[in-house]
Amino acid sequence: MRREIPIAICLLAGLSFILEYFIPHRQVLSIFETIRQWSIIVIAFAYVLGLSNLVRVNFHVIQKKQRDWLYKIILVLGVFFTLIVGIIPYFGGIQEGTIFDWIYYYAQYPLQATMFSLLAFFIASAAFRAFRIRTFQASLLAITAVLVMIGRVPVGEKLWPGFPDFIEWIMNVPQLAGKRAIMIGAALGAISTALKVLTGLERTYLGGD
Amino acid sequence: MRIPHLLRLFFVSCIFLLVDFSLSVAQEDLSKSWFNLHRVNMLIFLVFFFAVIIYFIERAKRGKSLFIRRIAGLDAIEEAVGRATEMGKPVLFISGIEDVDQIQTVAAMIILGNVAKMVAGYDTPLLVPICQPFVVPVAEERVKEGYASAGKPEAYNRDNVRYISSEQFAYAAGVNGIMLRERPAANLMFGSFYAESLVMAETGFSTGAIQVAGTANIHQLPFFVVACDYTIIGEELFATSAYLSKEPKLLGSLKGSDLVKAIIIGFLTLGAVLETFGITHFTRWFFIE
Repeated sequence: MRREIPIAICLLAGLSFILEYFIPHRQVLSIFETIRQWSIIVIAFAYVLGLSNLVRVNFHVIQKKQRDWLYKIILVLGVFFTLIVGIIPYFGGIQEGTIFDWIYYYAQYPLQATMFSLLAFFIASAAFRAFRIRTFQASLLAITAVLVMIGRVPVGEKLWPGFPDFIEWIMNVPQLAGKRAIMIGAALGAISTALKVLTGLERTYLGGD
Repeated sequence: MRIPHLLRLFFVSCIFLLVDFSLSVAQEDLSKSWFNLHRVNMLIFLVFFFAVIIYFIERAKRGKSLFIRRIAGLDAIEEAVGRATEMGKPVLFISGIEDVDQIQTVAAMIILGNVAKMVAGYDTPLLVPICQPFVVPVAEERVKEGYASAGKPEAYNRDNVRYISSEQFAYAAGVNGIMLRERPAANLMFGSFYAESLVMAETGFSTGAIQVAGTANIHQLPFFVVACDYTIIGEELFATSAYLSKEPKLLGSLKGSDLVKAIIIGFLTLGAVLETFGITHFTRWFFIE
């Protein structure tokens, strides 16, 4: 029963979402909407699992005074401080101008933006490696990339007025053809995996036999 | 049971006529309809696809041997784990940033089980940082199961499956921290990735780890191709379970999707030729509203 019940739930939930695509009737859609709300509630509970995992893992490190244990204290305190100021009405909840809001806009938001901005440097270093001409394919890649880059800036059009159109052709024909081939393959693979999961053929993700 | 060619042709013609009729019917108020006729083509495709997969699964169950081509990226997983073992360093498994309702995450969890089994056999630590809380129990169960399958349930360390953060770049920062502090010798990245893919893959590259990545998010594939040693592209991610387990029923489903792919290529070619000659009716059958 440990496997049959999850497979049955999975099958019913999966079928309901497939049927939703084909049945536009108002009454049926309201049932599907209810199922979707259930799933949102269940997902919300999962945050408790996440929090317990985070506390357990970091608590063990603090308890054993392992490497970086001081940072773990800050992490756990930070989690609970944010949680408390967000939940307890005394601190104003999550409204604008509250402590929670301040933490979001002046700590989390800039930190995330910092991580995102690092991407520019990572792209530069990755591009440097990718465009090193060592093989025929790498040469083709480098030449195409250089052409696309030149064609996408005003100087490209100055050099040759047909440059932007040529670049559009590269992007819309060979590039898009390759991309769509991968997309079709991936979509079929996804449908096939979904079918295996729904019918219980693929049950390894459920764990123990 | 063999169906005569003429009967098959008649059957296929009937399906196309049905699609043609359904697409031409005007449905005034969809909220009162019990079936969206304009999606009948999709329903037929799904039923056909499912039937083909089930047929090949049944064929495989009867013992018919099925060929599966070599996927270098999947063979490289064992090589990466072996290298980590030799160096006495952990293996890092990253399962993407999406929840278990995404099929790529499910595929990643399936691979995680196989990796855990492999890692347990080599006595190498496996670190699994998680982005979504719902993935945590699934990952814990998969890793535990992998260790048990390898006959080493006592080697399973629950603290190695770590929830980091549901925020994309907070997660990326956490994973980068693990890469830089714990210096895993092998980074395995499977699942759904977005802008954080290159941030993590480049950091992994800078630590000198052997990296194997796989995703069906096409915009992230170039990043992985550049920064990783092996990349599993699109559909190969979903073939992993069959490839690693070699289980007939899973191989059968793979064969089925390959056949449907061939049929789609046939339809695409036919559609392109007909469109070139100005015949647009055929492509209309594939429109979805």
